[in-house]
Parts: sequence; C-alpha cells; structure tokens
Amino acid sequence: MDAVFDNLDAFGAGLGVTLKLSMISFVLAMLIGFVIASFRVSPVAPLRAAGLTYVEVFRNIPLTAFFALAVFGLPKVGLNISFFAFAVMVLSMYTGAFVSEALRSGINTVATGQAEAARSIGLTFGQTLFLVVLPQALRTVVQPIGSLFIALAKNSSIASLFAVIELTSTFDLLTDQESATLPLLLGTIVCYLIITLPAGAVTAYVERRVAFKR
Amino acid sequence: MRSRGMLRTAALVASLALVLTACGDDGDKVETKDEPKKREFAAGSTMERLQTAGKVKVGTKFDQPLFGVKGVSGSVEGFDVEIAKGIAAELGIEESGVEFVESISKNREDFIVNGTADFIVATYTINDKRKEKVGFAGPYFVAGQDIMVKKGDTAIKSKDDLAGKKVCSVTGSTPATRVKEQVPTAQLTLFGTYTECAEAMRNGQVQATTTDNVILLGLIDANPGEFELVGAPFSEEPYGIGVKKEDTDFRTFINDVLEEMYKDGRYKDAYDKTLGKVQPDLPTPPAVNRY
Repeated sequence: MDAVFDNLDAFGAGLGVTLKLSMISFVLAMLIGFVIASFRVSPVAPLRAAGLTYVEVFRNIPLTAFFALAVFGLPKVGLNISFFAFAVMVLSMYTGAFVSEALRSGINTVATGQAEAARSIGLTFGQTLFLVVLPQALRTVVQPIGSLFIALAKNSSIASLFAVIELTSTFDLLTDQESATLPLLLGTIVCYLIITLPAGAVTAYVERRVAFKR
Repeated sequence: MRSRGMLRTAALVASLALVLTACGDDGDKVETKDEPKKREFAAGSTMERLQTAGKVKVGTKFDQPLFGVKGVSGSVEGFDVEIAKGIAAELGIEESGVEFVESISKNREDFIVNGTADFIVATYTINDKRKEKVGFAGPYFVAGQDIMVKKGDTAIKSKDDLAGKKVCSVTGSTPATRVKEQVPTAQLTLFGTYTECAEAMRNGQVQATTTDNVILLGLIDANPGEFELVGAPFSEEPYGIGVKKEDTDFRTFINDVLEEMYKDGRYKDAYDKTLGKVQPDLPTPPAVNRY
C-alpha cells in the first residue's frame, strides 16, 4: 500500500479534478434536463419533437464515441475549447438526456387535475410547470437523479482517455511508475467512493426532507 | 545421401571460390552479394543444422510498421525481415527457405525456448530480465523515445523544447511517464491511442507527440506528408536478435554476420528499402555486444 500513501498528493489532485468535472457537469445536466423535459411535455408539437430527438440522440450514442466525436470533430468546425471544457460539455449533454427522462417520469406522476386547476386559475404553461407540477414531480425523482449523479461521477473516468488528467488517468500514470497495480487500483476505487457514498447519503437525506404523504 | 554428396561438392566448389577470391585482387570479386554462400560450420552446431536443412524459421512481428508487416499478398516485409534474410543467406539458405512465424511481444521468449523459431528478429529490446531466458546477438538497431511534430514545424528540436508545450502520448504508457519525469513543465495530453494523438496534432490541439521512434515512424508512414520526426531520441531501446540462451556459437555467428552487413553495405540496403523511406538518414549502426 506504500504506492498509495507515497502518492496521496497525486490522488488528491486527481480526486479534485474528478469532483470538479462531476459537479459542474451535474449542474449543467440538471439545467439541460429541465429544459428538455419541459420541451417533452410542452403543448407545442415542434418542441416535443425537438425534446424527443435530443433524448434519443444523446441517450443512445456510446459515451466514448460521443467524446471522440466532440474532442476531434468540433475543432474542425472551429470550436476550440480546453479538453476539460469538452469533457464537461459531453458529460452534461449525455447525462442531461437521462435527467430529462427522470423528470418527465416524475411529471407524469402528478395528477392531470393539478395542471388543469393551475391553468383554470389563469397560470401560464411556464407558471404551471415551474410552480405547480415540477415541485411535486421533483419529490418522486430524487432517487433516480441521485443515481444519475453517481453514474456521472463514474462515467467521468472516460475523460481520462481524452486528455483530462483526473482520477483514472492519475491511476494509469502511477501504475506505470510504481508497478503496484492492485494497491493503486484499490486507492482509486476508494477515491471514487469518497465522491459517490456521500452523494448517496445526500440523496437519502433530501428524499426524507421533501417526502410527503399523498 | 545423394543430397549430402551434392552439398559436399557444393561446399568444395564454394571454398574453392573463396580461395580464388582471396587470391584475386579486390577489383574483380567473383561472388555476388545475393548469392547464398557456402560456409563451413562445426559439426553439431546450429549453423550446420540449419545449413543442412536449407530451411530456417524466423520469429518476427506481423503488425509492426516498417519492421515486420504481413501484407495482403502474404509476404512479410520490413527492416527486421531484411536483417533476418541477411543472416539466412550467410547460412546458405535461399529466400524461399526462410519461413517467418509471427511472434508477438509476449511469446518471444517461449518461441526461442521451445524452438518454435530458430531465431527472433522482432523489435526485441535487449534487457537483463530477458537475458535470464534467452541470448541476444546484436544490437542491430537502437530505438528510443523521440518526438513527432507537424511537417515544417521547427519550434521543437529536442525534448527541452517541450517545456510549456502541449505534448501528446498514450495514457498509462512508459513514454508518458518518462516525459513527465524529464520535462516536468511539459503539458502532458494523454489519449487512449496514438492515432488520436495524430488527430489532435492535425487539429492543433497539441504541438507534439512523443513515444518510441519506431511507433512514430509508423504513424508518419501511415499519414504521408503530414508529420515528421524531430530525431532527438532521449532514451535507448537496443534491438537484439534472440537465440537460445546457451547457444553462444550461434550468437557469435550472428554477430559476425551483422558486422559484415554493416561493412559491406547490406545493412544500408536493408535500411534504405524499409525505414529509409520514412527517415532517409541512416543512423550509425550500433556496435554489437559480445557478452
């Protein structure tokens, strides 16, 4: 285990990058998810079609292929951003598609009467969605969204193949130097758990706080 | 026994020819380069066995650009293949008697120990760990970690120029570790494969790619006109020819042949036919190590 303890600073730096990558991507994925989910339940047919297209495209492209496509393809059409920014973009767009579907399933659990009542007292579609339907919908989607964050944190390891030096690439670099693969692998897994276990705990806490009896 | 007799006659004629050449002045050499020569070998030696059989099995890579590649036609080509043919010729074996078997990095020691191959020329780096199992003639080529840049880019001339620049390599590889240690200020950009490094260079996302020059030469060859080698290696990977560990005579024989090839231009011919197409300057052949 010396290989791990001698390289705590490297692990710390890798953990920091993975955490930053996961957090920023998650916030953006939530925003994208809200927008796409509202498209999908919108009364405007073209918006619904756009929402459906987004979900089907980004949910079904393998993540590694999506990374390669963005990192090597976009610079050819003039979009040159840092590798970290590419990783954030890909991870948030990918996870956003799943968030949208989780939200939509939550929206479907809110009785139609709620939306009808909101519209009948004169609220607009936006007001109905954001003031009446979504707050109720969110309660049922806390667990699925928490799971999506955990999946996102682990998916972020694919960024190691696309020039982001995060936890997994730190592990790759260290294994070449130290030839102590197994201890280093355990150390890496512990680092991922440092992110994902608290995320699970936060999810459970939030779920308890917002739970209500129907 | 008829063939034995014929061989003996052939050997006699050959030695006669040798005597004649020795007597004549250098200007009119009797033998031509490509004609397999007949040498006399000690009875029971590997050389005698192979010469008598007229056949030899050589382990080489089938997927290493410029060194050993099996083409669609089924023939194997490359620098290692040319070196192997040169050695076979000195054993009096015609090209048709040389059988190439594919040896990947993992099975090379086993191929030698089990006799699957009589000798191995397969970008085979000489090191002490391998010497515990096999013997090495050579080195006949020294590879090393080098730098590839876009064609015409003169900003990077050696590893020191990598400081502060975006340098590409493959994640978890020894070249990546080495550049990190030797040039800590280089911005290491790691992808999953070297072709992705090439793509990132094309896009201007990185300025250079670093790994063994052999791999870089393969990339340059695969993307004509796009990239070039800086030619300032900062590590040494001496490639040797693997033989059975205890077969010192065979090892000495191969070393002798290599030295002759260096001198009489066959080494240069082998280089020009293969690696020279990508990197025209012939490197100084390394001195063989007779241990």
